[in-house]
Amino acid sequence: MTQNPAIIVQQVDHYFGSGQLQKQVLFDINLQIESGEIVIMTGPSGSGKTTLLTLIGSLRSAQSGSLKILGQELCQASRDTLTQARRNNGYIFQAHNLHGSLTALENVQMGLEVHGSMLKAERHERAAEMLKKVGLEDRLHYLPSGLSGGQKQRVAIARALVSHPKIVLADEPTAALDKKSGRDVVDIMHDLAKQQGCTILLVTHDNRILDIADRIIYMEDGRLSKQPEAVS
Amino acid sequence: MLGFIQTLKQRTPLGLLQLKHDRMRLLTAIAGITFADVLIFMQLGFSDALLRTNTQYPRNLQADLVIISTQAKNFGQLRTFTRRRLYQAQDVPGVADADALYIGSADWRNPQTREETSMLILGQNPERPALNLPEVNQQLEAIRQPDTVVFDQASRGDYSTMIEQVNQGEFVTTEIGLRTVTVAGLFTVGASFADDGALITSDQNFLRLFPRRDAGTVSLGLIHLEPGYDPEQVQADLAERLPDDVLVLTHEGYIDFELAEIQSNSPVGFVFSLGTAMGFIVGTVIVYQVLSTDVNSHLAEYATFKAMGYRNSYLLGIIFEEALILTLFGFMPGMAISIVAYQLTEAATALPMLMPFSRTVIVFLLTLVMCTFSGAIATRRLQAADPADIF
Repeated sequence: MTQNPAIIVQQVDHYFGSGQLQKQVLFDINLQIESGEIVIMTGPSGSGKTTLLTLIGSLRSAQSGSLKILGQELCQASRDTLTQARRNNGYIFQAHNLHGSLTALENVQMGLEVHGSMLKAERHERAAEMLKKVGLEDRLHYLPSGLSGGQKQRVAIARALVSHPKIVLADEPTAALDKKSGRDVVDIMHDLAKQQGCTILLVTHDNRILDIADRIIYMEDGRLSKQPEAVS
Repeated sequence: MLGFIQTLKQRTPLGLLQLKHDRMRLLTAIAGITFADVLIFMQLGFSDALLRTNTQYPRNLQADLVIISTQAKNFGQLRTFTRRRLYQAQDVPGVADADALYIGSADWRNPQTREETSMLILGQNPERPALNLPEVNQQLEAIRQPDTVVFDQASRGDYSTMIEQVNQGEFVTTEIGLRTVTVAGLFTVGASFADDGALITSDQNFLRLFPRRDAGTVSLGLIHLEPGYDPEQVQADLAERLPDDVLVLTHEGYIDFELAEIQSNSPVGFVFSLGTAMGFIVGTVIVYQVLSTDVNSHLAEYATFKAMGYRNSYLLGIIFEEALILTLFGFMPGMAISIVAYQLTEAATALPMLMPFSRTVIVFLLTLVMCTFSGAIATRRLQAADPADIF
């Protein structure tokens, strides 16, 4: 079976603002990521990494060029299509963004509820399994306020991966963590993603985690360079 | 419908969990709604008591048609018209008889406390009782006696010993103006806003108590029809026959006249409507404050949900769920407190504070509208939850 690329980005330009204040932030982006590939995108702040990530994650609508995610063209897509497309992805943010009123288990099962196809009991069972995989089986009913930073980020990973997404998008998942928990979090992400065969695009400044990548891409001033001198 | 309930059961009750998580905020909201509901209940209760007490005698009139002066304002201020109109009315086909009712207000001395207070006094023909009050109609013999009255035991003020004495068959005497009157019996109607209580007596006794009124000027005419006549037809005939210094109304028409008078001409009706509106607005503001703070403090979480693929409608659902929970938990204590407050008010003022089922439904619906409306304004903040901003 031939592996279709999970993400194909062709000639994407992106602008913020309008009129005289319009500013181009992405220039002629071309990127192809195969299914199951782990790609790390790095580069200085303000280079447009996060913007590209939000485009690929259908959080923003692409303005020009072509953006195919899992075979679906998302350039100029409607809001509804975008919302639908988001459900195929798992997101891990720099801040964990867990819901403060929900326990770890309830937070994780929110990743399944969005699909609306599973009964509550089943969702909770799957969420518990997932939390076990990230090593939090004894913290199922803790509220986020009762968890450490690393534990919260692991809950967030469980939430992102519980629905077995085809693509996982992560933005600085280790930025708020110390070296040990940062490493743990990335390892868990890596192992689970490999088991589930999902594609990972990870934006980071953290040099300590570059080794998990199959490929590293570099962005500067809104342009991608495939063979950056900075990272070799 | 079944599918919808199934969906609800399977849904994580986020609104409930959010409210439970922040107890202080929940309590503030519930206290606010409770306060608003009590305010609304009290205003509606007073307004209803006003309408009820000021129309109790009109409602209880035993007549098919009622004649009043065109100058009449309300039951307490009916003015008078000449008795000749009643004799003229008896000419009209269909009229069986026409009786006079004399109404006036006078200060009487509370036999117990010796304080002077304003009483409504009705003088009726003891042969044909004017009111549909069985307690009064059993004592018609008593009021035939000179200077003898029956007393409304629900009158405002302290009459406990006097009521006790009357119940034991003693005659209690007191003064109205310069005359000494005997209280021979009791009945129960209740005070109104205008008068602290009421006395019923015969027309002869009434004229003795009000020396400046004479038998020829009556307050209200009661027309009884012969069987088989249409009240509206006879009403039209009477209006045709009688000069236009009097107004002929059906019994219902007369009650409506009293209600309309209170609602439009007395400031009290307006005040209570305003009070109800204020309660509603206070409630809306408090619930809005709570819900919008709640939305604000969860913006990042909501944006995350949007990024995960949840639709806006899901988030709207959370806020309306909160609104519904607040409605329920704010309404119930509000109603409980109001029932107690009604009893206290009734004990203190002798106003009939009733809690009809229809009013609880109306206030519940008002609360629901209040919460949903505030929720709807609060959801505008949701637009600010942009998933692209949280990366």
